[in-house]
Amino acid sequence: MNQTFSRREFVRLFTAGTATVLISFNTSCKNKISKWHYLNEEEITLLDEIVEQIIPTDDFPGGKWANVSNFIDKQLNTYYRRHQLAYREGLSAFEKTVIQMKGKKFEELPFAEQTPILEKMEAGKFSGDYWKDHSAVDFFEMLRQHSLQGFYGSPLHGGNREYISYRMLGLDYPNVIGQNRYNDSSWSRYNFKSRENGK
Amino acid sequence: MIQAGVGTILNPAKMANKHVNAVVIGAGAGGGVVAKELAVGGLTVVLFERGRWHTYDEHGDDELTSQRTFPLKCGYGPDNERNWRMTPDGKNGWTKVFPNQWSYGNNAACVGSGTVSYGAMAWRFQPVDFHLKTRYGAVSGSTLDDWPLNYDELEPYYEKAEYELGVAGDPTNDPYAPPRKNPYPMPAFSLNREGVILEKAAKRLGLHPFPIPMLRNSVPYNGRAACIHMRTCIGFACPVGAKAGTQNTVIPVALKTGNCELRINCMVSEIIVDDKGKAKGIKYFDADNKLQVQTSDLVVVSASASETARLLLNSKSKLFPNGAGNNNGWVGRNIQDHAYTGAYGLFEDEVYDDAGPGACIAINDYNHRFPDIIGGGVLCNEFIRMPYLFTSVRPSGSRMWGKEHKDFQKKNFKRHIGIHGPVQELPVFDKKVEVDPAVRDFWGIPVARISGFRHDNDIKVAHFLADKAEMWLKEAGAIYTWQAVPGKQSTPGQHQSGTCRMGNDHKTSVTNKFGQLHEIDNIFIADGSLHVNNGGYNPALTILTLGYWVGGHITENWKGTRMK
Repeated sequence: MNQTFSRREFVRLFTAGTATVLISFNTSCKNKISKWHYLNEEEITLLDEIVEQIIPTDDFPGGKWANVSNFIDKQLNTYYRRHQLAYREGLSAFEKTVIQMKGKKFEELPFAEQTPILEKMEAGKFSGDYWKDHSAVDFFEMLRQHSLQGFYGSPLHGGNREYISYRMLGLDYPNVIGQNRYNDSSWSRYNFKSRENGK
Repeated sequence: MIQAGVGTILNPAKMANKHVNAVVIGAGAGGGVVAKELAVGGLTVVLFERGRWHTYDEHGDDELTSQRTFPLKCGYGPDNERNWRMTPDGKNGWTKVFPNQWSYGNNAACVGSGTVSYGAMAWRFQPVDFHLKTRYGAVSGSTLDDWPLNYDELEPYYEKAEYELGVAGDPTNDPYAPPRKNPYPMPAFSLNREGVILEKAAKRLGLHPFPIPMLRNSVPYNGRAACIHMRTCIGFACPVGAKAGTQNTVIPVALKTGNCELRINCMVSEIIVDDKGKAKGIKYFDADNKLQVQTSDLVVVSASASETARLLLNSKSKLFPNGAGNNNGWVGRNIQDHAYTGAYGLFEDEVYDDAGPGACIAINDYNHRFPDIIGGGVLCNEFIRMPYLFTSVRPSGSRMWGKEHKDFQKKNFKRHIGIHGPVQELPVFDKKVEVDPAVRDFWGIPVARISGFRHDNDIKVAHFLADKAEMWLKEAGAIYTWQAVPGKQSTPGQHQSGTCRMGNDHKTSVTNKFGQLHEIDNIFIADGSLHVNNGGYNPALTILTLGYWVGGHITENWKGTRMK
């Protein structure tokens, strides 16, 4: 057995209780158990490049560093289970489309060459069999929305590593209950002026 | 086999539910108040809620599962696993939508409902809002009408809501404030940083800015703490209970009387109406999804405009083959919301104030004051936009990803102000809630389907108000401004109303002025469904007030096991 088991598939097979699975786990598959919930390594590699385009690194880290792919992968096994197929098929079709266009995989292209590809996708200018029945525009929009959720949402869900987006925006984190420095009186109309002057 | 029928035991392992005076369906703004009024008035009550209790602790400050932005789930319900609706797919068919999609139009499903996680603005409607037809005349394409009651009748009940739940406000600087006999029970909140900037600008424009009245404690009140200004206020529960909801005010009072039982995680599926046209109680799925019966002398429905209509439509009987109280076909019609409109402005300097909830200043200058504008609405500065919500706040044509998008996020998160207002929508007969003939929810109950478009006038007023918002921002020093105006497409959500309107004419309304069905005298409605129109304001205080109005009427006229 030389296929890679996802954790979920493994658990399913394991609970079926076949000795074969148990043995094969202990021998050939031991190092191939994915740390991902739904996506595989190849898909994550591609997704990392896409989320980095949505939120690129500048003086602050981008989507890849912030674990946005991890956020998406995690949701695909929980809240976004309904999008599993769209990701599996969509990423695969995306990869084929890019190879057709450029002769290379998306992740092999330099950043500046990747951007126009996504712009084309966003504008609905993808061709290929898969995109005849599936909207490239919708898939891009989903990737965009999910990436922004992963970068700007709570780290609780697997993205926004170390509250990076909050740090970028200058927001205190985590949000603490009962900080009396937010006392209303400090911003009241009566002493607003004196506070400004005191800067 | 046990014979099925009203009052018999459907689950033999369990004792039959004890008969009570009243069943109240939905523990939100309307239902929480009614349950309390009835229980205090001596009636035995079972208050049904399809959700459960929620606390701040289980949600924290997670924006993605809040009740304001809910890409992952609606933190305060309803859940995606058991609830769905149908919405037009744009191709003459219908498509299934889930609570965390905008096209569903969710309203929280938990003890307290929307009043747990709302922004807590505490608006009274204007006196003229109750007489719009008299004021503006009949409007083509709209079922615009006067309410069967007037502001003066409702004023003492507004006051009761303000005092029992707790409102902080000060109408001194608002020349258009609805008349009131007594001051607000708590002093107004002071202005935050952008509020101060906007106040000065509004005064320079000759407008009349004033602090937004809030169902939120500016000082300790009624045993609850004063506001601690969380950034995560709207869309979240309050960690210290400073926001007044029915869950931390009237519902505990109701439970304390000993007359009221709160039954959570229970989905009511049908009102039982007998062959003589009297309500006998309800059927519901309990926490274990078993079908149960609760008999009662009286049924009060307060499940939100969409779900109240759905329940009535699903309650078919011999005399009411189209649903309870629906022989004239008006149940579910005229659903309204608010066409939120406004503008954003970018500023040279930081204007952000990390003191929630953010919304603090309002003007009433553009409501009912212009002869060629039907209605209007209040304009307020917006609640704090959390980081993910802010990713969609952009002028049209902006890049929505990549370097530009991130730069905008970084540069303007603390340098923008939003001003918006709820356009009072004109009721449209074909904007409606129906039940789907085929699709059923988790429990097997036919689901709601909601369709229809806003009236053209709503869009006209939206442009009018957005112009004013933009002008205000420019005066405040914005270096760049843009408008955000809604279109005709909408699914009424947290401000939904109007589906069982009250009225004197039995042909064009569902209930009388006390929320009592014209056709079935022991069924009452007590929620936004009653609104003949929805005001140019957030409707929570008016829904609470109608709870006192309807509940008060019932207790005053209750004798033994029926209305006098």
